[in-house]
Amino acid sequence: MLQVNNLHVHLDTPDGTVKAVDGVTFSIEAGETVGIVGESGSGKSVLAHSLMKLNPEPPAAYPEGDVYFNDRSVLKMNKKELRKLRGSDIAMIFQDPMSSLNPVFKIGKQLIEAIQAHRKRPKKEAREKAIELLRDVGIPDPEARIESYPHQFSGGMRQRVLIAMALASEPKLLIADEPTTALDVTIQAQVLELLKGIQKRYGAAIMIITHDLGVVAHLADRILVMYAGRLVESGSAEDIFYRTAMPYTWSLLRSIPSVGGGERLVPIDGQPPSLIDPPAGCSFEPRCPFATEACRHVDPDLKERGSGHEAACLLSFSEFESLKEGVVSS
Amino acid sequence: MLTYIIRRLLSVIPVMFVVSIIVFMIVHLTPGNPAFLILGEDSSPEAIADLEEQLGLNEPLYVQFFTWLSQVVTGDLGTSVYSEQAVTDLIFANFGPTFSLMALSMILLLSIAIPTAIAIVALRKTVLDPIFTSVSLFGVSIPDFWLAILLVLGFGVALPVFPVAGYIPLAEGFGGWLYHLLLPSFVLAIVEVGIIARMLRDSMLESVNQDYTKTARAKGIRERDVLVGHVFPNALIPTTTVLGATVAGLLGGTVIIETLFTIPGIGQLLIDSIHRRDYPVVQGVVLFIAAIYVLVNLLVDLLYTFLDPRIRYD
Amino acid sequence: MMFQKKTNVLALTMLVIIVLATITAQWWLPVSPSEIDPEQRLSAPSVDHWFGTDDFGRDVFARTVVAAQVSLAVGVLVAVFATLIGTVLGLVSGYFRKVDFVLMRIIDGFLAFPALLLALALVAALGGSLVNIIIALTLAFFPVMARVVRSAVLQVKNESYVEAARTTGAGHGVVIGRYVLPNVLSPIIVQTTFIFAKAILAEAALSFLGVGVDPSTPTWGSMLQEAQIYLTLAPWYSIFPGLAIVITVLALNLLGDGLRDAFDPHNIKRKRKVKTKAA
Repeated sequence: MLQVNNLHVHLDTPDGTVKAVDGVTFSIEAGETVGIVGESGSGKSVLAHSLMKLNPEPPAAYPEGDVYFNDRSVLKMNKKELRKLRGSDIAMIFQDPMSSLNPVFKIGKQLIEAIQAHRKRPKKEAREKAIELLRDVGIPDPEARIESYPHQFSGGMRQRVLIAMALASEPKLLIADEPTTALDVTIQAQVLELLKGIQKRYGAAIMIITHDLGVVAHLADRILVMYAGRLVESGSAEDIFYRTAMPYTWSLLRSIPSVGGGERLVPIDGQPPSLIDPPAGCSFEPRCPFATEACRHVDPDLKERGSGHEAACLLSFSEFESLKEGVVSS
Repeated sequence: MLTYIIRRLLSVIPVMFVVSIIVFMIVHLTPGNPAFLILGEDSSPEAIADLEEQLGLNEPLYVQFFTWLSQVVTGDLGTSVYSEQAVTDLIFANFGPTFSLMALSMILLLSIAIPTAIAIVALRKTVLDPIFTSVSLFGVSIPDFWLAILLVLGFGVALPVFPVAGYIPLAEGFGGWLYHLLLPSFVLAIVEVGIIARMLRDSMLESVNQDYTKTARAKGIRERDVLVGHVFPNALIPTTTVLGATVAGLLGGTVIIETLFTIPGIGQLLIDSIHRRDYPVVQGVVLFIAAIYVLVNLLVDLLYTFLDPRIRYD
Repeated sequence: MMFQKKTNVLALTMLVIIVLATITAQWWLPVSPSEIDPEQRLSAPSVDHWFGTDDFGRDVFARTVVAAQVSLAVGVLVAVFATLIGTVLGLVSGYFRKVDFVLMRIIDGFLAFPALLLALALVAALGGSLVNIIIALTLAFFPVMARVVRSAVLQVKNESYVEAARTTGAGHGVVIGRYVLPNVLSPIIVQTTFIFAKAILAEAALSFLGVGVDPSTPTWGSMLQEAQIYLTLAPWYSIFPGLAIVITVLALNLLGDGLRDAFDPHNIKRKRKVKTKAA
């Protein structure tokens, strides 16, 4: 349904051109849940915005590659086609629910605007649909709450409203950009639960972008790991967690609580590389505990490590397995 | 919200008290004897003594102030030494033209500034934006009276389309009223247009990449609707805070514009009274304008709280 | 820092030219500004009289150049005095909570008058002389400065370096002079520039209304007042002094805008880019 083909996104900044997305290829099938994981600054948000051509241009530019939705190029769409795509084919939930709702309008007005954006209907019908959507996302007493302003809602409730808004035109793909980052841990679980429920009821494909592997562990059919504007590993949740084939993913796993399984937390050393002048070899080489001389010169492509499991690393699967053993036992 | 409104209403009292002291002092700090100044150099000592008695000038200053203030509070601003009419009557007789002029310039101002700001933000990636910034700076650098002179030259002399003097009350017909006021209110408005349009543009540009704007774009609504429906209403709130200063600019400007276009408003009354050394009228008009300005600022503040639901429902 | 923007350089160049031209006027002007030529009354611009002549046949160009002396002097002095008074009051008000309430109510009282109106009333009471104009305009413009300085002080006051200075036992004078004042200088400088511009406009307006300086002293405003009578006969007499005001005030406003941008921490990154590109 959605295909991203060797996509490059450049951002023009005062310090130079940032290669925020540097040759990314993947696809999402109807009804699938895909997680994109990476540190902040890895380009995952820019990538997500590109799927709807939402990055402000300038500074953003798309020098190479393309995005196809049902075989139509998104990047070549005119304004009218883009408008049809946004909201009705692909909808998006943003990172910060506190600032993503317009503070001066009532929730109802903003929801109805989303409902009317692609199919005009009588006011009363739109209003009823808005109430129904609010009920679907678990807002208590939606008939009254529709008259409230955003600041009268808690963060979790606002995120529910934003999800309701995204569902207004029953999109085929829902992009959630760090949907739980700004929320309390207990609320995070509720929102994730809600997303799961929506998947069942609306049958939409979901793409979740997060820096937290824990968020996508139970939710995603497939996980893509992003580093310095590139995909460095992709596979099922089991592949990523138990058959890790790329040192970066492995470091990421060791840096988060509980998933690694009782081990001491190990932060990743160093900083992500500059995306203005990326290193010549593998972009993770400066921080990689297993880097060799070859890693400085060769930038590895994604290679198959198993059925549907790919990783970008010079180490073979078995070489990496034994190196990992060495670190864990020492 | 209610406590805020009450607090804001009460804050008017100390401000107006200070204002009345300043207005009082303006006349009484005059070097030399006010009675002497009013009557002129070759007046007899008896006449001066009489006037001093009449104006209560031989009392101590603070006694004079509180006597004056207690009269002001009851609406008595004294009597004109020139026409011997009550100052309040003079002010009300002259307020109509001034109010008409201000109201019309405010309408012109907003109906030019708002579409300009929206258009500039819509075309922010083109050269129009830097051009606008320069032009708006140019606007605040032009003396309003000089612009009025140029317009009189253009539309009164070279291409006589508009009358360059006089005033017709609204009661005598809307057409004549508007026809006579159009040029002066345009001059008054255009000087402030740059400030308001610039402020709106700046606030809109701040709002244009906010998260809620992204949400609106992601819904798939037209960019025009995003700008007019989401960006503009948010930019309007900070812009209302400068509306008070705009009214001050208009109030100051009317004094000159009324003189230039011979509109019989309180600005002209003030200038005439200054030339006639009619101090009770000068005092009364200045106090009246300051009171209007304090009232406008109060209304602007209340409007601000009303426009922003985050404050309204607090 | 402030020379990186072309407009800043342009504005400064304009101001320097205007100031130098008017100061040295007596040495380079081909015609004396006070030379009366009854034959040439209200003549249009020509090779001999670039801006035409006035009702006494005096050269409008020479008078416009010389008038800048008074107009600029009023602007500079008002800007300096309003800055001094406003800064002291703003510092005191922002720093000492106890006097803040009373001082700010007084400032609010002054701010309740449109600046031009306050100046007009004061000049009317004091009488129209150069000194009184400067006093009146200073009183009209210092409250804005006091407000600006006060809000800047309130921001700086809670910074850790000010708190640190206070805990080491430094006296209030030392803390204000060495820690607070240097950190509120940029808004002060920007505001001074704007007051300079506003004072020139206000002086012109007062002189135009006939309550300003003695009409025998040429200022741009008093020239425009005289010219108004001959508007239809000699439009150039009204146009050129006004243009002089526009150019001077525009240069000051450009400079103020440029300084504000240069001092704005949000813009420092952008400035760096300009520098690297130029290098």
